[in-house]
Amino acid sequence: MKPFTQHRGIVAALDRANIDTDSIIPKQYLKSVARTGFGPNLFDDWRYLSPGDPQSDHSKRPLNPDFVLNQARYQNASVLLTGANFGCGSSREHAVWAFLDAGFRAIVAPTFADIFDTNAAKCGLLTVCLPDEVVRAMMDEVSATEGAQLDIDLQEQTVRTDSGETHTFDIDPQRKRCLLEGLDDIALSLQHAELIRQFEAERRTRAPWLFDRFGTRS
Amino acid sequence: MPQTLYDKLWDDHVVRVDEDGIALLYIDCQLVHEVTSPQAFEGLRLEGRTPWRADSIVAVADHNVPTEPGIEEIADPTSRHQIETLDANCAEFGLLEFPMGNPRQGIVHVIGPELGVTLPGMTIVCGDSHTSTHGALATLAFGIGTSQVEHVLATQCLPVRKSENMLIRLEGTPPAGITAKDMALALIGRIGTAGGTGCAIEFSGSAVEQLSIEGRMTLCNMAIEAGARSGMVAVDDTTLAYVQDRPYAPTGNTWKDAEKQWRDLRSDSDAVYARAVVVHANELAPQVTWGTSPEMVVSIDASVPKLSDIPDPAQARDAENALDYMGLHGGEAITDLELDCVFIGSCTNARIEDLRAAADVVRGRTRAKRVRQALVVPGSGQVKAQAEAEGLDQIFVDAGFEWREPGCSMCLAMNADRLEPRERCAATSNRNFEGRQGQGGRTHLVSPAMAAAAACAGHFVDVRNYLS
Ligand code: SF4
Repeated sequence: MKPFTQHRGIVAALDRANIDTDSIIPKQYLKSVARTGFGPNLFDDWRYLSPGDPQSDHSKRPLNPDFVLNQARYQNASVLLTGANFGCGSSREHAVWAFLDAGFRAIVAPTFADIFDTNAAKCGLLTVCLPDEVVRAMMDEVSATEGAQLDIDLQEQTVRTDSGETHTFDIDPQRKRCLLEGLDDIALSLQHAELIRQFEAERRTRAPWLFDRFGTRS
Repeated sequence: MPQTLYDKLWDDHVVRVDEDGIALLYIDCQLVHEVTSPQAFEGLRLEGRTPWRADSIVAVADHNVPTEPGIEEIADPTSRHQIETLDANCAEFGLLEFPMGNPRQGIVHVIGPELGVTLPGMTIVCGDSHTSTHGALATLAFGIGTSQVEHVLATQCLPVRKSENMLIRLEGTPPAGITAKDMALALIGRIGTAGGTGCAIEFSGSAVEQLSIEGRMTLCNMAIEAGARSGMVAVDDTTLAYVQDRPYAPTGNTWKDAEKQWRDLRSDSDAVYARAVVVHANELAPQVTWGTSPEMVVSIDASVPKLSDIPDPAQARDAENALDYMGLHGGEAITDLELDCVFIGSCTNARIEDLRAAADVVRGRTRAKRVRQALVVPGSGQVKAQAEAEGLDQIFVDAGFEWREPGCSMCLAMNADRLEPRERCAATSNRNFEGRQGQGGRTHLVSPAMAAAAACAGHFVDVRNYLS
């Protein structure tokens, strides 16, 4: 996982609440067995005027001029500013992979849905929660200023706008550490392998019916 | 300290808690399907790891499988490749898999409980948000992303922070024609799709006690649509009767030991919850969603809301998007909405009781002419066999419905079953998101009986008038 420390980048405003992961990356792209290549299909149904599938040449598909992220000013955006309950619905991590693949490093919203939020943290995409009214004010500022950027400092837990306003945000300390250092949390869990084995042995005594049930190798 | 069911299940699986309060939670069983697992297996291989406990994993292909009878080979090469990848990963790591064509194949959340893979007291995860379904059997079950799938494969554990306890009490006896689906939709209409965010929901109350396990599964299935990662119901006699004699359930003395432990899987009477909501099930009417989020829902006798009736500007903006997408102006009577398709299926509502309820309505009626397609997709091979033994398939076929092979089908349209742009569909699934059932398709969520009645009428009708 790529560490996240500080980031300054163009911010794109997508003013909508309850954006679900089906909208972020439609189902037909979930057939891929890879982790990359989803960038062109971020918000696919909204982004293009013609339907697409994994075989399409996306560069030839007509873009929807009414979709905000298609505006020229947002082409190099790396931060998304958006509405509450972002990423609700399906658990597909492809939604996070699509953002990373499209060059995004952070998403700012009033709230996130649980699974999306967890997936983002595991992949190095920073999710920043700021109060409703702050997000709303930022939306207005960003929409009014072409090329608006945000400065995000994870160590300091701050977001600074071009107008110089600084907002602090909360983040789980464990998540912060993993993001800052780009840690592989599987390796962290495996440091406790002995403890896991002990727990497992006890569990086997308490609930033997949960062991040796499936599979051909153990 | 009095404990909730969730507290008990949680405490029972904590390996350690770190200084930040994050628990390493032991996972008893991981369910795997073809869409969210390939990258996890690949990650495992890249690190030179193998599954920690192959005997705790069950795999099944469900999302991509074709449901038209007689298809052995998937036409879409990417779908086929994904399923072949699952087969190959299961073979490589020695995992139990129910592949396409196996009589036990079906939607992952239908086959788990049905086979006795899901047992009370377990922790269960799956790379699928509707894993909450398994909570109906007093398990702690939740959906995870692919990185976490890999984590559990490699370590049998997940680092997680405990959620808040939320109680949903469903009280009263629901009138005839009101199902678990209506209760779930009415609840989400009230608390919203973020209403349970950060919470583990326990469903209790007299209406839940009266529900079958299948009905409880429908409720827990929809917990994720209320924003909660898990939903659960305490163990009672109904639970034990359901579990007993399932293929992977314990037997003999082991059953007796298990039963003794399971009886304790209920909240203490003085347990405290961070949040609580009471819904009076006896006051409910059949529910129909009108928009593109499950919280956009009204009763069958109501109308689609008008924008002018929504005071909150943010909500009005969402409603405007939704009305536009759904091809509605606002103010239409729900019973005036005409349908092009009907889908009876999914992990929410494709178990045998769902098919019986739908067949009861269809018996002696026929599909309305304007309905292009009415699909009945059983949740599993076992459900299909049972329905055929009861002659339900014939009732559907005689009425002009299509009787299909098990799979996720038009719940998310990853296979060939999908809506055409602008087609309006009554669906028994769980998500009415834009494009969910096919790009541009318009989904209205309802119960199986409501979907069946709508297929016969050609528009939504109050199923209470259809019951004999
Ligand atoms: S039936 Fe629908 S909701 Fe259930 S697992 Fe399949 S795709 Fe997901």
